[in-house]
Amino acid sequence: MNTITCPIPKIENERILLAHGGGGRMTGKLIHDIFYPAFSNPLLEQQHDGAVFNAGNSRLAYTTDSFVVDPIFFPGGDIGDLAINGTVNDLACCGAVPLYLTAAFIIEEGFAISDLKKIVSSMKRAADKAGVSIVTGDTKVVDRGKCDRIFINTSGVGIVLEGININPTRTKAGDAVIISGRIAEHGISILTCREGLSFESSIKSDTASLNNMLRNLLEEVPSVHVLRDPTRGGVASTLNEIAESANVTIELDEASLPVSPQVEAACELLGFDPLYVANEGGVLVIVPEEYAQKTTELLRNHPEGRNACRIGSVVSEGKAQVRLRTIVQSSRIVDMISGEQLPRIC
Amino acid sequence: MKYIDEYRNSPHFISLAEAIKRKCSRPCAIMEICGGQTHSIAKYQLESLLPESIELIHGPGCPVCVTPIEKIDLAVELSLRPNFIVASFGDMMRVPGSELSLLSAKARGADISIVYSPLDALALAQKHPDKEIVFLAIGFETTAPLHALVIKEAQRRGVRNFSLLTSLFTVPAALSSLLGDKDNRVNALLAAGHVCAVTGYGQYFRIARHFKTPIVVTGFEPMDILYGIYHALCLLEEKNYTVVNGYKRIVSAEGNTKAQEAINEVFEFCDNEWRGLGYIDQSGLKIRDSYQQFDALYRFKTERNIRKAAPVCISGAIMKGLSHPYRCDQFGKGCVPEHPLGAPMVSSEGVCAAYYRYMK
Repeated sequence: MNTITCPIPKIENERILLAHGGGGRMTGKLIHDIFYPAFSNPLLEQQHDGAVFNAGNSRLAYTTDSFVVDPIFFPGGDIGDLAINGTVNDLACCGAVPLYLTAAFIIEEGFAISDLKKIVSSMKRAADKAGVSIVTGDTKVVDRGKCDRIFINTSGVGIVLEGININPTRTKAGDAVIISGRIAEHGISILTCREGLSFESSIKSDTASLNNMLRNLLEEVPSVHVLRDPTRGGVASTLNEIAESANVTIELDEASLPVSPQVEAACELLGFDPLYVANEGGVLVIVPEEYAQKTTELLRNHPEGRNACRIGSVVSEGKAQVRLRTIVQSSRIVDMISGEQLPRIC
Repeated sequence: MKYIDEYRNSPHFISLAEAIKRKCSRPCAIMEICGGQTHSIAKYQLESLLPESIELIHGPGCPVCVTPIEKIDLAVELSLRPNFIVASFGDMMRVPGSELSLLSAKARGADISIVYSPLDALALAQKHPDKEIVFLAIGFETTAPLHALVIKEAQRRGVRNFSLLTSLFTVPAALSSLLGDKDNRVNALLAAGHVCAVTGYGQYFRIARHFKTPIVVTGFEPMDILYGIYHALCLLEEKNYTVVNGYKRIVSAEGNTKAQEAINEVFEFCDNEWRGLGYIDQSGLKIRDSYQQFDALYRFKTERNIRKAAPVCISGAIMKGLSHPYRCDQFGKGCVPEHPLGAPMVSSEGVCAAYYRYMK
């Protein structure tokens, strides 16, 4: 026992790893190093869930998202309603009323038409519920083995509500941080029905469109500073992005985080932190303190927001950080997700 | 959650922290052995609640961290062979080998499968009878019974395309080695509760006596750890070099005899290399000859061409309490979770990853 060494490895990072798509630091680095320099323009540099711009007399929001979730059918939803809700929610988080969506399908040779019908009808149901129409699309079929059953891309356009300015840079010290529902349900639901994981539970994905609830909120509380759906990377990574955009310190209260007992048990068993697990039907709302109570009550009036609660505050400006007041009353950092907790969650 | 919340959010927490402050009359260094305990200490910032005179040394109980680089290289080499699938726990995927991690091998076309149980890997073998499934079996006495079980189960089911590449460690020999080291600074030990749940704690009495180091069998929740520290201080104060069970809800003196039988049937003791600490006599488990058809080391001849590079990672010194992540030149600079230079920055139970994530 006399050698205190550990050989330094040759770092191998010139290829895409799954973690580059995980929504955390590596995804951010890829975007900053490859995409931003290539496509550089002021709208892209807003770094928001979608681009907001003027067209004639209207302010429009425009966004896109691709869906590669595995499995394609899971408790609480499927790849179809996920693809609609994801894009609808990104538009709603820009403060927009979503109007029209596109849908593009990449399908593997041999895929069952009956499964495609199921997916398309759940897309139709989700679109009707959100009040949007799918107005154009595209279909490609690739050789067996060249994609995994079906991948879907949707994009969407919506009109930004008058007088609304949703932007992470508006976050100020003193703001309240509110979440619209229980966290980590989607990620854990997907995980528990994965092939190879002999793990049974009744946890359902929270996938849902939030545009009606958010429109109602913005009409009543137009001074909302930020709306953001904490999908990949979970609440922790989304709040870190906001903290970095606004250069603020956000402090969460661990005791107030809404986690269902089943999700907590599953996370405990599998070694996941619910703060890093993906959500698909929740939204983080940052509002000035005086509207905190009203915001929570308004969200709770909707089924998607019935578990809404305040989880923290923006405590200071000048340092970009997310902290957590633990249940034992100590305080620690909540970092952005590093790598990937689970692949192909959406 | 029952049996968890009570040990996290307890009204007794603050009074226990204060009792520790009152009990602590001189500086002392207490080592928690298990990486799960290290993680809990970092996650709940327990050091911030302790008096400055108590130093916590984060011991070698993270199996991902102590698995030798050679085993990673072997796993990578096997994974790149045609018709091989290497399965392991998720934590192992990012551990750097001398050239590639399993994750970067995957990006080069290797067939790698993340599983949550060795039994899932066995199921994979039955599903792909035309492929060789190698399970990278790492761990301490806690996972050894499961690995023994899966080997017995593979034999019962007559599965021939399934083997284990083992890197299994046993705690007591490593403790004797650490405490007997000329540089040892540890005054008291918090033994790993879940290891003791399997092995019992009979063999720890001799270690406590011989090295004049009290040992408290300790759990993983914040209350458990404070309770362990409190007991360790009491024993130190009394100069009582014995073992106390501070994790009675899980651990019994004799441990889990069925699990011990399963381990003994399939495995035997061997000398083992610990990454960062070197070889320690009789500190590991290897598959017995009677089960060698399930031993990947026996089944597959591998080219061992290990490149030793500059010793930058100081994990060994950290595990002995001779250094600290904050005193490492590379911590948070050249060595971050996205590009780890050593294993302790990889695993969620690794000390550097815990410090980086919660305290950087």
